[in-house]
Amino acid sequence: MRTIRVSVIGFGAVGQGVARVLIDKKEYLENIGLDFRVVAVADSRTSTIDENGVDLSAVLARKQSEGVVGSEKLTGLEIIETIDHDLVVETTPTNIITGGVGLQNMLMAFKNGRDVVTSNKGPLAMKYGELIEASKAGGSRFRFEATVGGAMPVLNLANDVLAGNIITNVEGIFNGTCNYILTRMMEEHASYEQMLAEAQELGFAETDPTYDVEGIDTACKLVILANCVFGMNATHEDVTITGITKITPEALLLAQNEGYVIKLIGEVNDSRINVAPKLVPIDHPLAVGGSLNVASVQTDLSGPITVTGRGAGSIETASAILSDMISIYRD
Amino acid sequence: MRVSMDIELKDIPGQLLQALRPVSELKGNLISVVHHHEKRTPRGTIPVQLVFEIKPDKLNDIVSSLEESGIGIVRIDEKRFFEHGAVLLIGHIVHTDIQDTIDTIDKTGYAEVVDLNLSMPKINMASSASLKIDAVSKEHMESAIALLKEIAKKKDLLVIEPIKSIGVA
Repeated sequence: MRTIRVSVIGFGAVGQGVARVLIDKKEYLENIGLDFRVVAVADSRTSTIDENGVDLSAVLARKQSEGVVGSEKLTGLEIIETIDHDLVVETTPTNIITGGVGLQNMLMAFKNGRDVVTSNKGPLAMKYGELIEASKAGGSRFRFEATVGGAMPVLNLANDVLAGNIITNVEGIFNGTCNYILTRMMEEHASYEQMLAEAQELGFAETDPTYDVEGIDTACKLVILANCVFGMNATHEDVTITGITKITPEALLLAQNEGYVIKLIGEVNDSRINVAPKLVPIDHPLAVGGSLNVASVQTDLSGPITVTGRGAGSIETASAILSDMISIYRD
Repeated sequence: MRVSMDIELKDIPGQLLQALRPVSELKGNLISVVHHHEKRTPRGTIPVQLVFEIKPDKLNDIVSSLEESGIGIVRIDEKRFFEHGAVLLIGHIVHTDIQDTIDTIDKTGYAEVVDLNLSMPKINMASSASLKIDAVSKEHMESAIALLKEIAKKKDLLVIEPIKSIGVA
């Protein structure tokens, strides 16, 4: 049995999902010889630390009832710096202007030779090159499947599973909020504003939806894809972006009459990184409905490979984090 | 452009080769040859159907060359546009001179707007339109759509084009 000492930094929906998944999969992990011992959990205000392993069920319960994870005041950054452990699971919220606290956390982890698994897009979309260099300098392993497409495997699919293939193009739907709004607009023949309101009521869209509906979230994911799969050194300023706010129900109807649906499509290849609403033939694999994500990877040997799945959600995103954690330590 | 042609060959050796030579000499791209050896015409000739792509200005040269060799041409069917595309426009489509938008594509000579559906919900609200465009080739279709996007930018219209992988997926 190999024991890996873990900190979970950030305890919102994703961090809590990771805790739940680690509890649920304890036996499975033991069977493959892995013991992920969480020695510290931090949210934005408090933390809890126990070298012998934090009781995750108790932490989840306390977060539910009191809104905090513990009584200690050590910040995530301080935990990463001072508590002896192997892996930092970084699940703080994304900030795409500065990279936010996530960027500092990751750099500190690498400085101390710790491995990092993250779902936080901001730092990767802003400072990809710097982070990769820092991880190499620290001899750290760095995985971030959860940043692109939630539960849907894209990065590891392109880099590991399809190894040997040259990837020539990746296109797909990388934002569930936009897909939900466009799908509902078509179904109900309703305006963008109406369906945005519905999405907000159901919790599919944030109170300030700009980041999703203007295509910025999709752009960040494309930047990570461009860097990680195509070896570029791009930032979100290299992406041409058009959002979905101007789409009309009439346009969706006209498209339908011609055999198309309108989807917010992100596309990356050697020559461009682009987010824009596009016409997708109704019977095309990319024409998935609801809040699903989908990605079609164009390869030289295998042709197109298309995956679809849930792009967000607490447990779904945690599943991508868990798979990264296992793949680092299984060997 | 793509040309489909029915010709008749005499039943002597070397005729088919003679019929195909001008297509290749004039840098045409032969797509199919169907040789109906069993369906002899009342004149004793053998009907052959050819399909090839050729630059429009070279077609007459091929016809003359075949005629000089004594090969009978029964039918020529040229299809200038064999790339069909659709795009959507959203914005103040009519008030930004829709005629001018269409003319810009039509004037290229390699692409034409062949169908337009317009939906105008209310005065002062954005209209939506679907345009069907025919073009000489895939590359010409791409240029036509690029041109349309340029005009649309000036007129503050949103262009929604089909995804790239339609052809390959």
